Amino acid sequence: MKHVKQVLGGELRQFTMVIALVALIIIFNIASGGRMVTSSNFQNLLSGNAYVLVLAIGMLMVIVIGQIDLSVGSVAGFSGMVMALVARDLNFPWWLAVIISLLIGVLAGAWQGFWLSKLGIPGFITTLGGMMIFRGGVIWISKSISVPAPSELKWFGAGYLPEWGPAFTGMNNSTLLLGIIAIVVFAYSQMRRRTRSANLTGTKEVLWPVVVRIILVSAIIAYLTWIFGSGRPGTSFPVPGLILVILVIIYHTITQRTQFGRHIYAVGGNKSAAALSGVNVQKTYFLTMLNMSFLAALAGVMFVGRSTAAGPSDGTGWELDAIASVFIGGAAVSGGIGTVLATMVGGMVMAVLNSGLMLMGVGADRTQVIKGLVLLAAVAFDVYNKKSNRRS
Amino acid sequence: MEHSLILQMQGITKVFPGVRALDDVTLEVRRGDVHAICGENGAGKSTLMKVLSGVYPHGSYEGRIIYLGNEMAFKNIKESENAGIVIIHQELTMIPELSITENIFMGNEVMKHGLIDWDTARHRTVDLLTRVGLNIDPDTLIKHLGVGQQQLVEIAKALSKNVKLLILDEPTSALNEADSANLLNLMRDLKTKDITCIMISHKLNEIAAISDAVTVIRDGHTVDTYTVEAGRVDEDRIIRSMVGRSIENRYPEHQSHPGEVIFEVSDWCVEDPDISGRLVCKNANFFVRAGEIVGFAGLMGAGRTELMRSIFGRNFGVWLGGTLKIRGKPVKVTSVASAIKHGIAYVPEDRKTLGLNLIDNIRMTIVSANLQSITRRGLLDSDLEFQAAEKYRRSLKIKAGNTSVGVSTLSGGNQQKVVLGKWMFANPEVLILDEPTRGIDVGAKYEIYKLIHELADQGKAVIIVSSELPEVLGMADRIYTIFEGSITGELDRHEADQEKLMRMMTDTSAAESESGKDGNVS
Repeated sequence: MKHVKQVLGGELRQFTMVIALVALIIIFNIASGGRMVTSSNFQNLLSGNAYVLVLAIGMLMVIVIGQIDLSVGSVAGFSGMVMALVARDLNFPWWLAVIISLLIGVLAGAWQGFWLSKLGIPGFITTLGGMMIFRGGVIWISKSISVPAPSELKWFGAGYLPEWGPAFTGMNNSTLLLGIIAIVVFAYSQMRRRTRSANLTGTKEVLWPVVVRIILVSAIIAYLTWIFGSGRPGTSFPVPGLILVILVIIYHTITQRTQFGRHIYAVGGNKSAAALSGVNVQKTYFLTMLNMSFLAALAGVMFVGRSTAAGPSDGTGWELDAIASVFIGGAAVSGGIGTVLATMVGGMVMAVLNSGLMLMGVGADRTQVIKGLVLLAAVAFDVYNKKSNRRS
Repeated sequence: MEHSLILQMQGITKVFPGVRALDDVTLEVRRGDVHAICGENGAGKSTLMKVLSGVYPHGSYEGRIIYLGNEMAFKNIKESENAGIVIIHQELTMIPELSITENIFMGNEVMKHGLIDWDTARHRTVDLLTRVGLNIDPDTLIKHLGVGQQQLVEIAKALSKNVKLLILDEPTSALNEADSANLLNLMRDLKTKDITCIMISHKLNEIAAISDAVTVIRDGHTVDTYTVEAGRVDEDRIIRSMVGRSIENRYPEHQSHPGEVIFEVSDWCVEDPDISGRLVCKNANFFVRAGEIVGFAGLMGAGRTELMRSIFGRNFGVWLGGTLKIRGKPVKVTSVASAIKHGIAYVPEDRKTLGLNLIDNIRMTIVSANLQSITRRGLLDSDLEFQAAEKYRRSLKIKAGNTSVGVSTLSGGNQQKVVLGKWMFANPEVLILDEPTRGIDVGAKYEIYKLIHELADQGKAVIIVSSELPEVLGMADRIYTIFEGSITGELDRHEADQEKLMRMMTDTSAAESESGKDGNVS
């Protein structure tokens, strides 16, 4: 056990959800007769859930500042619809339509941020209003009819990376390249961290756990690379998955390594103390809400691209999936606690449940029940852990 | 007075995972006494009281509790309250939006035909309030009462439960001198009505004034317990057993070397944020020299905190006018961020709600007011963060193995050191310390005082706001008094004493003639 701890580099608790995720995948794979861990299922899993995970990134930040955003589904639907409409009716090129759609998202975010930060209306109310306003807006501007989207967008919502280079690799070379980059970056950052902590503290971390860690993670990445890269010809690691990975890297950096990121946690942890440390609380609120709606618009674009048309009910209920992902990822309802990476794990747990239960032929009704129970169990487990760690 | 024992706690041992919070503690309280329990923060006083009141149920600790001759096994607070043991916590637990009556009978409602009988409840409330010397409408909402009055209502609530043994945890820590004196009188009065009091307190002068017996707890052990005669308590003996060493002087020796005036406030006026037209600061004028420690003495609610927070980037109230000068240059400070940029730092009086994000660890807290200096190319540099935090952990002697330790697990004194470190890292020229040693035990106080002296020696202008007069007298080179939003006087350290200060803090006209200069009453 001690050795396991050394390899994982810290507390086991933060890995419980990862372990649960892996266990779920294995269980479903056995129960479905090997249909879970296949190239096409993994590709679908990622491109079919990327938009919810994009929302979850923004939602994590909103929940960390101690607010909630109920409007994301409506905002996603609205901006997706605007994109489809300007492309069809005004003959705008697809890229301009996308930019307009993202701008709509930013404006929607500014609107919510204004009510929250300037007038102090709780986010729950502000965005409940936004949820109705933008849902009504979608139906209004679309006249309740689906609008076809520019075909170029398909690449963003469900596309694959190009095929190139030698065929002897036996897989999609773009995917292979990504896998190699991931392994190299991980190994380099681990070694660098070790030397840096040695320089700072004067004590060198033992080498073997680092090496074991690198080998283990590399093996996992290599396996995933193979799964994603060896599907039907023409398929690869999906484009929406790549967009998601890039966003996760950007937002992980923003939340963990920038002043704005610290401010988010400070405001969520103790608003008054943050204000007395020089944090502009209102501005932090405003920017976080703005960012949320921007990501909602992006999720809307990805979804429309995948389904090749914008529908009047697109985005219904997405907010709840995003919120569930954040809480399964261990965020605190009271704010101040939660990370982007853990949220992604939470979101993947939901996605794997969906996919696995479907493969097993469980109906949507019972899937909902199970997802609800998992959400409760995950949060209850978290609360229990926190309680048992605390000494009064 | 009959001197039988009302309570015996024998061999109490309470173990938390990894910590022995109480180890074979014995406590014997005589009927009708005021029994003081002293000890440094974290010594186990509160744990002992939680064992007694059933917060930690019978079975979760070892040892016996004998109360009124019977061995008790309380499973929860309700059971101990039914037996007549009531505990009043340091943080008051009443609901601000409800009235006095509603709070007093909360969970203990007067019922008639299955409904609450408010008339009877109100009558009984009036009775109870008279017994604690309060003459106010029982329908008043708690939020409209001062802290001192709230404390009295808590005691009235205890009386409504037929209390025989009243436990007060730091009852005067949030009270001003007048309210404290009032409370102590009430405790003397309760003695005559056969109510025994256990008082946990850090304020030795109060213990000395009213206790009949003292028990000192250190590191989970009873180290000293003896009977005393109220008014003749050897404070030094208590201190010696609390810290395990003797402290000759509670305030370290220090010689200030004031330089030029670097901070000047003139005609500062602030309006109450809730009540328009009510001024919480009226034409405040004062200055601080480099390397000088200036004390602000005033009762709670006099406007000290409001003045300081308004100066600190208008963090409180509505600014109506006034100028700030730093090194002779007028500066406009309209936000906390700009105050920090201009070299002003403010350590708030309430560590837990204003000073700290309790989720953070030491490292994140120390850099939190000066993230700019650990930012390289737009990103926070975790190496610089580590070095900064490590530097203050060592130099301030923060008791923690490393800087990843969460601040919520630290003791009050160490938390305050972390907050001080946070503001030292912001490298201010003017440091405003609001009640810097509240709720901190004697040993840690001494260390904080030494830190304050070091800051002054580095040429910082230091302002100490405190409601403990000995602290102001012991630390400050120059003292301003403040009363109802006005600065009522200015005294040098050597010409000030407690009585003079108290007069100036309570009565404007007397203060003006007393100080003879800079009276500044508008």
